[in-house]
Amino acid sequence: MHPAPSVIIFTTFSGLGFGLLAWMGLGIPNVGGMTLLAFFVIAYVLAAGGLLVSTFHLGNKKNAIYAFSQWRTSWLSREGVASVVTLLLFGLIAMARIFMGAEMAFSGVIGSVLALVTVFTTSMIYTQLKTISRWSQPLTPILFLLHAIAGGALLAGQVKIAGVLLAALAVVMWLHWQQGDARAANRGTLGDATGLGHLGEVRMFESGHTARNYVLDEMVYRVGRKHAQKLRMIALGAGAALPAAILLLTPAGHATAFIALALHIAGAIVGRWLFFAEAEHVVGLYYGK
Amino acid sequence: MTALPSKTDKKLGLVIDLDTCVGCHGCVTACKGWNTQNYGAPLSDQDAYGADPSGTFLNRVFSYEAQQSGCASQTVHMPRSCLHCEDAPCVTVCPTGASYKREEDGIVLVNEDRCIGCGLCAWSCPYGARELDREAGVMKKCTLCVDRIYNENLPEEDRVPACVRTCPAGARHFGDLGDPDSDVSKLVADRGGFDLMPDLGTKPVNKYLPPRPKDQLETAPLNAVADEPKGFLGWLDKALDKL
Repeated sequence: MHPAPSVIIFTTFSGLGFGLLAWMGLGIPNVGGMTLLAFFVIAYVLAAGGLLVSTFHLGNKKNAIYAFSQWRTSWLSREGVASVVTLLLFGLIAMARIFMGAEMAFSGVIGSVLALVTVFTTSMIYTQLKTISRWSQPLTPILFLLHAIAGGALLAGQVKIAGVLLAALAVVMWLHWQQGDARAANRGTLGDATGLGHLGEVRMFESGHTARNYVLDEMVYRVGRKHAQKLRMIALGAGAALPAAILLLTPAGHATAFIALALHIAGAIVGRWLFFAEAEHVVGLYYGK
Repeated sequence: MTALPSKTDKKLGLVIDLDTCVGCHGCVTACKGWNTQNYGAPLSDQDAYGADPSGTFLNRVFSYEAQQSGCASQTVHMPRSCLHCEDAPCVTVCPTGASYKREEDGIVLVNEDRCIGCGLCAWSCPYGARELDREAGVMKKCTLCVDRIYNENLPEEDRVPACVRTCPAGARHFGDLGDPDSDVSKLVADRGGFDLMPDLGTKPVNKYLPPRPKDQLETAPLNAVADEPKGFLGWLDKALDKL
């Protein structure tokens, strides 16, 4: 699949932002006043900024308001609704906590749940696609949710919890690749796709078009597969294993937490790029690819 | 809107005969022509006369070779366009309600006044049947020529999709596949029409008729008439070598 920068930035950073909000809803970190305001600003910039960036790849932005209308059937629409509701609720919670000193414990818990629901709806946009067997597995939502709560814990300064969650993330990343490889290998042949397998071995004689087209550009993107193994090691090492080791094995401090955060974000971006770039769409079979 | 109708009154669709199709791409051209001048945004081209031309098409013809080991290969031309699936994933994934399936005839359409061009419907389609128009930024797909088939301003014989009307080989058929007594349904029953990628659960309405079995040549390929030149040609061959 074509790894659109807007979608990579959106899923990575808004995931982090909603992950941080999920912790803040529970009153973690336990701060107040201007410090709390700063935390809310960071979470908002990440979550809302990511959502804003996601609109950059739309072909026809003027109709964007309709995207909130089909929540009964569409995961993308559900994501839009969930993210707006979550951000509005946290806006109220932030004002009450910062300016009135209210605890907002109950609505905070609801906000945390909604933040995680938002990340879940994002993951389901990809998990629902039967055409991309690498994505359509139960581990995909777990991968997205772990990214969010582990990165969120790191941002919220919960270093030991973040360390444990990042270690779990490393395991889930590896399992997701193993499952994904097995599923992708099973997606069939040109003979299956054309229904001509009974005539013998099927190969492409001539494509339907000599020029590139939308389908090829968007869904038969194969550059990512060349260095997939190396990029996986970078994503797993920088995104999860190394920061987990730093957080769990070194004494807690701002410097180590910052290094762990920088590594995690860089690794998460590589991992998310690869998530798209190496995914095989079943339509590639018709092109013999 | 993006909920699928529980049932449709008709299942209008195409039956494409892979035995008859000669791969002339006439249907591709007719489709591009009609759908550029009629329903919705025109099918744009980019850099049409330049070094890297590309464009939006709703129908494309792929050619494949199938071969049993030790036998001659068989060429099969396969036109592909929207199959107007009963369980169309492109409809339910749409966040805006732009993508919908009509209850009266089962045609899957895009309401371009609601489409945001996110491309998720194209991702959900196993058949590569949807292309985002680079000029208009909206998703384009086969409309089954909804603006021809009910158009009373056209002579009756023209009230079929442009690809069907133009096919010089008679490889494309249009009709109601929900009616077991229709000509297309009988054709599918007679010839063993099949679905593309049925295991993905999309339940396509369009059917493909498999190529009829071909006989195999029992004789060996002809031997070369003359490997070595003889007589005058032999002399000329040697003389030219020596020059």
